Amino acid sequence: MIDVLIIGSGGAGLTAALAAKHAGASVAVAGKAYPTNSQTSMAQGGMNAALGNVGEDDIDSHIADTVKSAKGLCDEAMVRYMCENAPGTIAWLERLGVPFSRLDNGKSGTQTIAQRQMGGASAKRACYAQDYTGLKILHTLYDTCLKEEIDFLDEHYLLNLVTNEGTVKGATFLDIRTGEVKQISARSVIIATGGYGALYHGFTTNAYGSTGDGVAAVLRAGGAVSDMEFIQFHPTALKHSSILVSESARGEGGYLVNEKGERFVDELKPRDEVARAIFSQIQEGQRVFLDVRHLGEEKLMELLPQEVELCKLHEHVDPAKELIPIQPVAHYTMGGIEVDQALEVQGIKGCFAVGECSNVKVHGANRLGGNSLLEITAFGKLAGEHAYQYALDASSQPVDDTQQQKDAEAIEALYTQKAGVNFYPYREKLGNLFYNKVGIVRDNAHLHDALNEVSAMQEMQKEMGISDKSRSNNQNLIDFLEFQNALILAPMIITSAIARDESRGAHYKVGFEQEDEALKKHTVIQWKKETTCK
Amino acid sequence: MQIKILRSETNTHQSYTLPAGEIPLLNALSYIKETQDATLTFSAGCRASVCGTCAVRVNGREELACAYKVKPGDIIEPLQYHPVLRDLKVDKHRAKETLLKSTAWLHTSQEASLTHRDEKLSERQTDCILCDSCYSACPVYAVNPDFLGPFALTRAYRYTTDKRESNAKNIIDNVQSNGVWDCILCGECTAVCPKSIDPKMDITMLRGLSVQEGYQDPSFTTQSFGTPDFGGGGFGFDPNAGF
Repeated sequence: MIDVLIIGSGGAGLTAALAAKHAGASVAVAGKAYPTNSQTSMAQGGMNAALGNVGEDDIDSHIADTVKSAKGLCDEAMVRYMCENAPGTIAWLERLGVPFSRLDNGKSGTQTIAQRQMGGASAKRACYAQDYTGLKILHTLYDTCLKEEIDFLDEHYLLNLVTNEGTVKGATFLDIRTGEVKQISARSVIIATGGYGALYHGFTTNAYGSTGDGVAAVLRAGGAVSDMEFIQFHPTALKHSSILVSESARGEGGYLVNEKGERFVDELKPRDEVARAIFSQIQEGQRVFLDVRHLGEEKLMELLPQEVELCKLHEHVDPAKELIPIQPVAHYTMGGIEVDQALEVQGIKGCFAVGECSNVKVHGANRLGGNSLLEITAFGKLAGEHAYQYALDASSQPVDDTQQQKDAEAIEALYTQKAGVNFYPYREKLGNLFYNKVGIVRDNAHLHDALNEVSAMQEMQKEMGISDKSRSNNQNLIDFLEFQNALILAPMIITSAIARDESRGAHYKVGFEQEDEALKKHTVIQWKKETTCK
Repeated sequence: MQIKILRSETNTHQSYTLPAGEIPLLNALSYIKETQDATLTFSAGCRASVCGTCAVRVNGREELACAYKVKPGDIIEPLQYHPVLRDLKVDKHRAKETLLKSTAWLHTSQEASLTHRDEKLSERQTDCILCDSCYSACPVYAVNPDFLGPFALTRAYRYTTDKRESNAKNIIDNVQSNGVWDCILCGECTAVCPKSIDPKMDITMLRGLSVQEGYQDPSFTTQSFGTPDFGGGGFGFDPNAGF
């Protein structure tokens, strides 16, 4: 039996794997794609650490900025832990060989790492690697995992956690290649499966795979989720493709302008405020653009090469000469699996969660740019260490294959069941519904509408199924399982949003435009009794 | 418009009809899967050319499906030299094997004084998204399946140039067998890289570093100098290329 099973092979999962292995654990990493395919590859802008390499900065300012943006919903001890560990985490990544962008200051080590300003930050604090920061950190972590001989189980889709009396014993997976349902036993489990932004299908910067599979699995296994209503909308996604234009474009001096060419917001405010300002312009019938022309072609190619390429490809505009049409879309899910300060999941012993899927309460109601790459690496390390500590004392009593049998039967049922209704249009419908009714500006009437529509969709789900009956490499099946998870999470998000009759951070509700002191608390949801979602 | 996609089950090109208009190939594939044929299988991730998942061949050339705009009559096929798992989806596990063999990571890390210029030395190489396009375009694989391949060598080179590596010879040692000398410098990898990386140049640079470490082209000694030798390829080029 392995000590630590890590589910999810993005930045958080790889960091946890390296930390657990370093501590002495036997480790396996299971992911539904390949490690370097993860959402982490898309993080562009940077990773915060108060190094003070460019101007004055200190850890207390980093903490203060983070706490302020969280709007009263963070755990200050965890924010302190993260910010204090930021310089050390950068130093660790530096030792692994992350190719950060550099300054010419004659110094050495992390002191030569360039830093840029991100929204809501009081200093140039984000360490970056052009606009490929996530990609370059992810690949360096992967290279190091190969060096450390970490075991990878690629193309393993998480079905369920295996638990016994509230203690995790492993997890079941669909081996996508063979179609086989497998049970993997472990003394402890780390969930690092990423966020649920892909629920906003068509209106998200996220990859197709960010479907919250781990969050849904935790709910099914009796664990708790929290703050699900807090979904960050990134102010600047390309208008027609929802592809991200990094906040660093504004950090480097880009302006937001409306059709009349007027600036209407301080571009360096936190994302929630900027997104709402853009949204209100759009509601007034204005188109909104990002203007980076004044930065000049050379600087753009130096600082934002990826953006330039994506704008040309998807919007047919050259940012050096033309305005970039943008709109805010879903970008990051602050809420997720409810964990304690040791990152252990509430309700499931021995199960830990880290990264965007977990709610360790460092982002609160609104995440600052540059804090997510920090979160996955700083807390990924902690998760790996804590999971191994737990594993040392955990029972290695094997569990029976009840869960595996149950899951195999459920999958088998999908093969025999007739797929009367095509679920793909509903996936799109759900994305539209969420963008329009559970979006940047919410109100109770629309939220109730959305809840009704989701209920109808859940009812309709019984008629849906897979029309591809292949046993192996069945992406139609995976898409459907992901959609089922989306339909589990959708009502969690809506009901949490309905319950929060106030406006706080990314959650903004018409009729309740102010923060309500009485609601300065977390929304926690837990299913009373384990039920299947069929 | 119509495009043709190679289906693995029948080993034939199946025609699909798409609405007119310029869209990325990935959107076209999704459209087909969602509305016409749920069995059509392909891999996709970020939609933004950075996760490396969706590389395929279009009319015989490697492209990222999310970055290629579909044209009428396009023929879509899976990457070459990868076991096809289903339709356009291939097994990319060889990537891990070649990276492991080339030991493309920092071996012995030391603190260094890095500058903007140092950053530039490996900037392109670290843009690699492991999409496997270069690997698919590399003709060496037709004759030598054990070749380390373009991206593994680019990555090895990237770490040898890193001032934080105090023992670059380790990496050089590990790219000699089925490595730098087996490349024929045809440049196909460079031509297809969606991130404008130049693995051919990286391999050339690795050859230079290898020579500095005392290695030489292993086919050099068996090379005939008296008469034209069109069989050896020992000088790193195929004299028949282009004919």
